[in-house]
Amino acid sequence: MSTIKKFLYVNRKAPHGSIYALESLEVVLIGAAFDQDVSLAFIDDGVYQLLQNQDTSGIGVKNFSPTYKALGDYDINKIYVEKESLELRGLSKDNLMPLTWEDEDDDWAEKESIHVVSSEELSDIIEHQDIIFNF
Amino acid sequence: MKFGIMVSEGPYTHQASDTAYHFTEAALNNGHEIVRVFFYHDGVNNGTSLAVPPQDDRNITTRWSALAEKHNLDMVLCVAAAQRRGLLDKDEAKRAGKDASNMAQGFNISGLGQLIDAGIQADRLLVFGD
Repeated sequence: MSTIKKFLYVNRKAPHGSIYALESLEVVLIGAAFDQDVSLAFIDDGVYQLLQNQDTSGIGVKNFSPTYKALGDYDINKIYVEKESLELRGLSKDNLMPLTWEDEDDDWAEKESIHVVSSEELSDIIEHQDIIFNF
Repeated sequence: MKFGIMVSEGPYTHQASDTAYHFTEAALNNGHEIVRVFFYHDGVNNGTSLAVPPQDDRNITTRWSALAEKHNLDMVLCVAAAQRRGLLDKDEAKRAGKDASNMAQGFNISGLGQLIDAGIQADRLLVFGD
């Protein structure tokens, strides 16, 4: 498999209330085995997927949020969160889970995976993708 | 051009699978190649052989099956999404100890890797969803 394409997964919906967030994460994890250039974007209510301290005990569904912390181990470290979506919801980066990855080209230094970007910057990122999945 | 198709919504509830069908048919009729039609989320319900829509309405499942037969289309349901929603082929039904299977003709169950593969193979991957 020599072709490497730029894959972007756009997550637009809250983590619960519909299954899109969970099934998006399942595609991302399976897709990681294909050695492609992967980025994730979180916009609109999708930013809630990355909130810290999620507790689903009150609604009786699985809390899959800890799985996002494993993304760094799958070399998925370009996670873009739209600034405007956060602000509209009264959130900032401090409300999100600290997602990190280890850079093997930099003595395994731990680096942040989450990048808060403006909608204009995100447009530019979207512009440069080959494949975009919308969830 | 080579297209990959992803269908993310259930039949009848949502326009997505109708539009995906019409696009796929038009693309094939115009000489394009469809690498794969991949059904995900509630889209897997497109593949049930047990749906009985009213006779004066379109039959979304048999329409896909006919298109697949005519053009040798590769139509895949995501196994995890299908199992959650009760879409089983004979092997899956047996493995899960269920007394029935409901995979319509021309549909196959496979993994999410087939979706990524469609993205890699195709010139364009189109997502039909909400």
